[in-house]
Amino acid sequence: MKRTTRRLIHIFATYGIRIITLLLAVSVITFVLVSVSPIDPVRQYIMGLGTAVSPEQRTQIEEYWGVNEPLVERYVGWMSELVKGNMGESAIYRRPVADIIGERFVNSLALMLCAWVLSGVIGFFIGCVMGMYQDRLPDKILKKVCYIISSIPTFWLGLVFLLVFSVWLKWFPIGFSGPIGVLDKDITVWEKLHHLILPAFTLAFMSFANIALHTRQKLVDVLNSEYVLFARARGERKWTILRRHGLRNILLPALTLQFASFAELFGGSVMAENVFSYPGLGSAAAAAGLNSDVPLLLGVTLFSALFVAIGNMIANLLYGIIDPQIQEVGG
Amino acid sequence: MRNLNRRTQVVILTAFMTIILIAVFSFGLLIPDDAVVGSFLSAKQPPSLAHPFGTDALGRDLFLRTLKGMAVSMTVGTAASMISAVIAVFVGIAAATGSKCVDALINWFIDVVMGVPHTILVILISFALGRGLKGLLVGIAATHWCSLARLIRGEVLQLRSQQYVAVSRKLGKSGGWILVHHLLPHLVPQFVVGLILLFPHAILHEASVSFLGFGLPPEQPAIGIILSESMRYIQTGMWWSAVLPGLTLVLIVLLVDKLGDNLRMIMDPYSAQD
Repeated sequence: MKRTTRRLIHIFATYGIRIITLLLAVSVITFVLVSVSPIDPVRQYIMGLGTAVSPEQRTQIEEYWGVNEPLVERYVGWMSELVKGNMGESAIYRRPVADIIGERFVNSLALMLCAWVLSGVIGFFIGCVMGMYQDRLPDKILKKVCYIISSIPTFWLGLVFLLVFSVWLKWFPIGFSGPIGVLDKDITVWEKLHHLILPAFTLAFMSFANIALHTRQKLVDVLNSEYVLFARARGERKWTILRRHGLRNILLPALTLQFASFAELFGGSVMAENVFSYPGLGSAAAAAGLNSDVPLLLGVTLFSALFVAIGNMIANLLYGIIDPQIQEVGG
Repeated sequence: MRNLNRRTQVVILTAFMTIILIAVFSFGLLIPDDAVVGSFLSAKQPPSLAHPFGTDALGRDLFLRTLKGMAVSMTVGTAASMISAVIAVFVGIAAATGSKCVDALINWFIDVVMGVPHTILVILISFALGRGLKGLLVGIAATHWCSLARLIRGEVLQLRSQQYVAVSRKLGKSGGWILVHHLLPHLVPQFVVGLILLFPHAILHEASVSFLGFGLPPEQPAIGIILSESMRYIQTGMWWSAVLPGLTLVLIVLLVDKLGDNLRMIMDPYSAQD
């Protein structure tokens, strides 16, 4: 018992250090990138104010923001505030970045979670079907479908879904996370769900191909093994074999892969949120980039890196559970 | 076609695909700017014989715009994937032949680059370079080399353990000589196939990011921009402006993907088995 707790602490310490170094590196790269930008954030900020600003006021803003200080000093300043939990104020929303990220992440999380579960379930199911009908007609057709889907850009699929389901069939609303003109607290859960379905399906549709092809490969490997041959010789039927030998061996690798795909999930949600004008982190990222909202852009980038890192960490831990050999080498 | 063997069939098919791609590309480049100037008289027309893809809200012919946009996107995609592939080769070789420290550093750096979602990173780089074509190009080139670099690293590690490399070293050949005469020639197929398979990713990301409004200016009819314009009119039922250009993009991407697969089969017959 004591050994397990010690090992757990060890594992979490290693991953903690790894994630912190990764985030530090990302923050440095991001900070340098926004600093070299020829786009002047002060000018964008002033344009956003909508009023004329005298040169004196401009100097004041510059001084307040510390634009003319050297890069390292600015970075240290930003970092020390970040550690205290202050991520600065967004230039377009005029509110603390941390608040915006927190609020929008809830929306994005709902979207990504739905899409993640959906794509996992659909992908796993299709992968099982493909594996069971290996090299026969259903397998061939589904494989073609998977390859085609991975060549479709997310935003175009979103557009087509919008066209078919919202404009023609009128099943779903066009965009936003709730009806327009209704206060946030008056929106029912049902309405929120209604607005969530289409973007979630778009996102899920884009990512199930990967998991399906992976599951197929694993299942084919299992079905070609000797213990399955023996099971068949004992007279077990096809679907019994899938239940007894197949699922147990392929479920966990599939789950691992799902956790490792957080980067694609986040990237896809940027596109899906923009097409459906869904108020999540992705649309905030695009808006921040387009309107030169440097604090928000920095915050979202760091947050997305953290999100991906957590997914990768879970995937690595799961690998250890599946295959103890990896754990001994890696841990 | 039937009485030819499979390899010849694949070669013919590949040549045919290449011709189609080059035709689309050069046709798109050759369309003059005034061919896509529209008049309001012909605005918002559904597809017809005169306008196979219909016209947009400003009366511009969407078929010509799409082809022109395809050429722009293909230029960006080709340039970006080439830069990416070259970076991948350098990084991969450096990781495999350098010291343990260099290898670890490069692997860590790849983890960092892959740790940020590509779309966010491209937005960031595009912002850093002041948006526009240059930002888009650098952004896509800087995000796509990672997986190819890992592949090439593995390949080089495997090549370096071959007997003929060991013999060369014993004969006193320098590291550079071995690199040029033994390693690089073996990397050519990996490089070419990797380059072509990078292209679909590059072009899809290019379309996505210009759809978001980064990258190319609105006058340039890149596919992403045509599609983002079409979004404004989607509620009025102009389905053709959203569906047909997107479909063209998907077809081109599928074609290039298939081309890459076929080339791999031609260059490395062993991989054709799976």
